[in-house]
Amino acid sequence: MADLATKGRWRDVDKLLSRPGNIISSGFEPSSTLREEIGEYVRVLVVGAGGLGCELLKDLALSGFKNIDVIDMDTIEVSNLNRQFLFRLQDVGKSKAEVAAKRVMERVSGVNIVPHFCRIEEKDIEFYNDFNIIVLGLDSIEARSYINSVACSFLEYDRDDNPLAETVKPMVDGGTEGFKGHARVILPGTTPCFECNIWLFPPQVKFPLCTLAETPRTAAHCIEYAHLIKWDEVHSGKPFDADDPEHMQWVYSEALKRAELFGITGVTYSLTQGVVKNIIPAIASTNAIVSAACALEALKIVSGCSKTLSNYLTYNGVEGTHIKVTDFVKDNDCLVCGPGTLIELDTSVTLSQFIELLGKHPGLQLSKPSVTHRGNNLYMQSPPILEEMTRPNLALRMFDLLGEVPKDTVHVSGASEKNGKKTSCSRKLRIVFKGVADMTVGMDTTGN
Amino acid sequence: MINLFKIKGQKREDAANAAGRAPIKKQSAGELRLHKDISELNLPKTTTISFPNGKDDLMNFEISIRPDEGYYLGGTFIFTFQVSPSYPHEPPKVKCKTKVYHPNIDLEGNVCLNILREDWKPVLNINTIIYGLNLLFSQPNDEDPLNHDAAAVLRDNPRMFEANVRRAMAGGYVGQIYFPRCI
Repeated sequence: MADLATKGRWRDVDKLLSRPGNIISSGFEPSSTLREEIGEYVRVLVVGAGGLGCELLKDLALSGFKNIDVIDMDTIEVSNLNRQFLFRLQDVGKSKAEVAAKRVMERVSGVNIVPHFCRIEEKDIEFYNDFNIIVLGLDSIEARSYINSVACSFLEYDRDDNPLAETVKPMVDGGTEGFKGHARVILPGTTPCFECNIWLFPPQVKFPLCTLAETPRTAAHCIEYAHLIKWDEVHSGKPFDADDPEHMQWVYSEALKRAELFGITGVTYSLTQGVVKNIIPAIASTNAIVSAACALEALKIVSGCSKTLSNYLTYNGVEGTHIKVTDFVKDNDCLVCGPGTLIELDTSVTLSQFIELLGKHPGLQLSKPSVTHRGNNLYMQSPPILEEMTRPNLALRMFDLLGEVPKDTVHVSGASEKNGKKTSCSRKLRIVFKGVADMTVGMDTTGN
Repeated sequence: MINLFKIKGQKREDAANAAGRAPIKKQSAGELRLHKDISELNLPKTTTISFPNGKDDLMNFEISIRPDEGYYLGGTFIFTFQVSPSYPHEPPKVKCKTKVYHPNIDLEGNVCLNILREDWKPVLNINTIIYGLNLLFSQPNDEDPLNHDAAAVLRDNPRMFEANVRRAMAGGYVGQIYFPRCI
């Protein structure tokens, strides 16, 4: 019986992977063993084990992926249980990643899920490089932006500014908010990265502080007053922790008092949580739909069994169902995924010579540039205090300032001249030092 | 699509490569944008800036404003800026470190300036905020009060407001509240 179930389980996936079709991507080689090969060789990372993460892990495991890692810093809360279906009441307080991994492994034989109960920033960059594809089930712009920058940091370009295929780290990003959701495919260097169109996100609604302090009109105003103003007044210096139930209870009771004072109704504990943590009620079916789209894209990317989504799917289930795919364009000047400008330097070039060179460079014509390298500010034109602190670097060699590596990326900002007009801009530069052997790529040239 | 054939042979290479590579420090898109903002700062002559954590931490800094006109002439007011990696999607968190008698700044240092909250847009920058803060001292506004008492005095009795500001800046009590000297 169990054997029968397992056989039936893969019937549809195998049909996708073993038969040719008209909308396959170039290079697809259908085969009856493709699913097993994917299971054996492909490593996928799921970021987030919450509403989307639970669905994703189940979907990926049932699509033939066998080497899955999942990372999440959160523990299970009672309010998760209505939709994060891998968790039970007795799991409350335990790591989401650990419980989710265990549950899926119990139900889908042959799959190995490694949980990581930590923050995404705690892992080395190299940890992320071990995966062939990264699937995101996150709820914040900040976390998406971080993973995106990590994935894009592996990307390298050739001399003609074409991305090197083996350095592309594909990402599939899902997101939901109530009845709305999105799924997108990010192939760094080919489709827009998260930072290319970060402007897509609407700004968060924020109330003026003085309205909160003076003329509250809604329950949310009362809650934000207690959270942003009253808390600091009473707890001098003690930071507010949204995950501490005692803190939340205090804000709730203060908000209630204020609401009574102004004759406002509607302050509840769950609204308090919602306002303070910016929560919009999550809908299980939205998560299921978005995750299914993401898992399918992941399978398409690794197998080539169909062309991938290009490149941004939005789902809206508020009234009826509306799904639309938009083909966003990449920002070629993107500081995160763009190729930047290739500049070859002699190892003897000093920072001040380099700065002079940027002004003459035909593609840049950058005047008054400030230079930063991996968070170290090499030279700042302004303000005077930083100019003074960074001035000694001007006489040093770029090769030494960059840590004697054969190549690296630096970022510059300054005024660039285009058609006689000066505009301020930031640029990414790929610095390559002439005559310095690149140990990471040039291995095979030394052997023969 | 991913080239499965390549992946099969990749394992060994990866191990060889990783050994020689130094750990990479990440710089967020927000930091890069801030780098641009800071390198293009054009401070009004009332304002100076400092970086308590040195030249490589631009995400946390302080500015000090010495108004050259108005009620607050002669005082020195310090503001702390905390910039998150989501900048400029999110505005910096700005607090006034100096206790000040001001209708739009409360005693905890919260500042009521529209561009710091409801009217923030990613096209604005650090310079805009600094000019906005300067404006608060040249034109304190009784219509958007955070310090209710100060706003009422400014509205009803500007001369008394001026005297209160002087007393607070020199170090002294206004009503029940003590203000340390900031001149």
